[in-house]
Amino acid sequence: MAEKMTYVEASREALREAMQADETVWCLGEDLGRGSVFGQYLGLQEAFGPDRVVDTPISEAAIMGAALGAAMVGTRPVVEMRFSDFALCATDELVNQIAKARFMFGGQSRAAMVIRKPTGMWRSSAAQHSQSLESWYTHIPGLVVVCPSTPQDNYSLMKAAIAADDPVVYFEHKNIWGMEGEVDRSLAVEIGKAAIRRVGEDVTIVSWSDTANLAEQAGARLAEEGISAEVIDLRSLWPWDKAAVRASVAKTGRLIVAHESVRVGGFGGEVAATIAEAVPGARIRRLGAPRSLIAYAPNLEDQMRVTVDMIAQAAREMTND
Amino acid sequence: MSEPGDDGDNRARSIALLRMMERIRAFEEQAILAAERDRLVLGAIHPSIGQEACAAGIMQALRRDDILLATHRGHGHTLAKGADPLAMFRELLGRAGGCCGGKGGSMHIADFNVGMLGANGVVGANITIGAGAAHGLKLMGSDRIAVDIFGDGAVNRGPFLEGLNWAAVYALPVLFVCEDNQWSATTRTRTVTAGEGAGARAAAMGLPVTTVDGNNVEEVAAAADEMVARIRAGNGPEFLHAITYRQTGHTSFDKAAYRPEGEAERHKMEDDPIARQRAFLAGMGVRSAELETIHAEAQAEMAALLKEAAATPFPPDDTAFTDVQDIGSPAKEAF
Repeated sequence: MAEKMTYVEASREALREAMQADETVWCLGEDLGRGSVFGQYLGLQEAFGPDRVVDTPISEAAIMGAALGAAMVGTRPVVEMRFSDFALCATDELVNQIAKARFMFGGQSRAAMVIRKPTGMWRSSAAQHSQSLESWYTHIPGLVVVCPSTPQDNYSLMKAAIAADDPVVYFEHKNIWGMEGEVDRSLAVEIGKAAIRRVGEDVTIVSWSDTANLAEQAGARLAEEGISAEVIDLRSLWPWDKAAVRASVAKTGRLIVAHESVRVGGFGGEVAATIAEAVPGARIRRLGAPRSLIAYAPNLEDQMRVTVDMIAQAAREMTND
Repeated sequence: MSEPGDDGDNRARSIALLRMMERIRAFEEQAILAAERDRLVLGAIHPSIGQEACAAGIMQALRRDDILLATHRGHGHTLAKGADPLAMFRELLGRAGGCCGGKGGSMHIADFNVGMLGANGVVGANITIGAGAAHGLKLMGSDRIAVDIFGDGAVNRGPFLEGLNWAAVYALPVLFVCEDNQWSATTRTRTVTAGEGAGARAAAMGLPVTTVDGNNVEEVAAAADEMVARIRAGNGPEFLHAITYRQTGHTSFDKAAYRPEGEAERHKMEDDPIARQRAFLAGMGVRSAELETIHAEAQAEMAALLKEAAATPFPPDDTAFTDVQDIGSPAKEAF
């Protein structure tokens, strides 16, 4: 029963279905009536009205804070931050308020909501519209962190995120809005379960978000060279599928973690350290951006990218000896 | 306006206002003793002594199912909203049975059973949350309203602008209250606040503003009644600027030596909301013995409850890992 959808259509369909099924689900953010920046909400205001698809002022702190208040009285908000970079204007609301609202009040409250943060490099958007900051949020107890990389996952994980009773920080990669794929609406994905994109024996490549697509391409290229790579898309960073990665590395003995965000303090470090403790003797490499800023000029921007070539090269080096 | 025949009702209401203020003061006096004398309260507490008229006057205008968001100086608001003072003491002492299970303490005190969705440790943060609670209530077609209380220090934070604008734009059922005790922690607010301050800023965003003597509980209560009625009728948000005075330091440990000599003493002598209400009631013919009884009962109630709270055990250790999150819960993640 699969149908062809783009990445942006997939999460929009998931949201539409959730809003049809549950009238307490609503969305708030800037320019939603016009579909928002990338068309994620196209047609939804026409379908559900301006009270449930709310055009807000450019007030990130109020969008995030209001969502918490509305969640505490029993609604299920879907928050649009426009660019993950802008969500930093609402850091107190997310980190000090939303993430702590359940625990701090002794379980009297839930903050069931989805916080959508379009993320990542999107050609020549420069330093304030290109960042990948997902690792920050894994450090905050109370938050769930999801990073889908395909239309199917953006459909299924959006449904899971809206259904969750936790605050889910939901990173959609801006570079793949137009990516097409088969989407089966009946397919459920549990948050915290990785996808094995490719089965292999020689080396495990772990990634997420759009870099998982690059890892898959690297896996195909390596296969032509006779290197068998197992490619794992984590799909969510908190919780992350430690069991799947551990089992894979126990088999291959080699781990590459690749991500778009800055390598220093990136979530790759957490994956690497966890596996180093769990699989004695495993060889481990991390690939991430240099600790510099994302520039406007395309050649400068490219200096920050982790590429298919880099992932494949790391695998060659690790399997060469 | 009182009508002939209303005198008994008015008198009962005025006595109830005094009783609530006496209970708030007694609660906080006991809490300070528990902190300073007994070392039972381990974290900071921020007393609202001298500001009880705002809590008592505003909360009497609300229904139990109306929503309240308050500040880190929120014991009075919470008690006046109807929370159980024993559960509040247990929370201050970090004990099992505290209204937040001992996880929040004084600065995060909350009782969702009475619509009290939390005091907040971050100045001004509750303004957008309260606006959002009102947004949720309106979305669900409820006739409940939200009350969002903050101090004068909060008017210099971004959420003040964002939250008030939000509530005005969506015509939300929320009463904003600036409980102006004139001090931003240890700095006099007017020395760090441009223009005419809280009320002028709210008026600039189109909110109807009412300014009251925040130490006159009758005036606060009358204003709150009118504002709450208009808000519940769907007329959009309003702004109450209640001018009061913080008789203590910023925290119970702060001796407030930065204040001009005699300032706090003058307020205690001349402008204490409890003393003023006692005088008001005496003027209505209430006998001083009755006033003394109200005082003594409040003191006895809170002293006994503190003792009971102190006899309660601490929460089980494993609750440090509960109610964090369902997905990826620390109770389950053990790799």
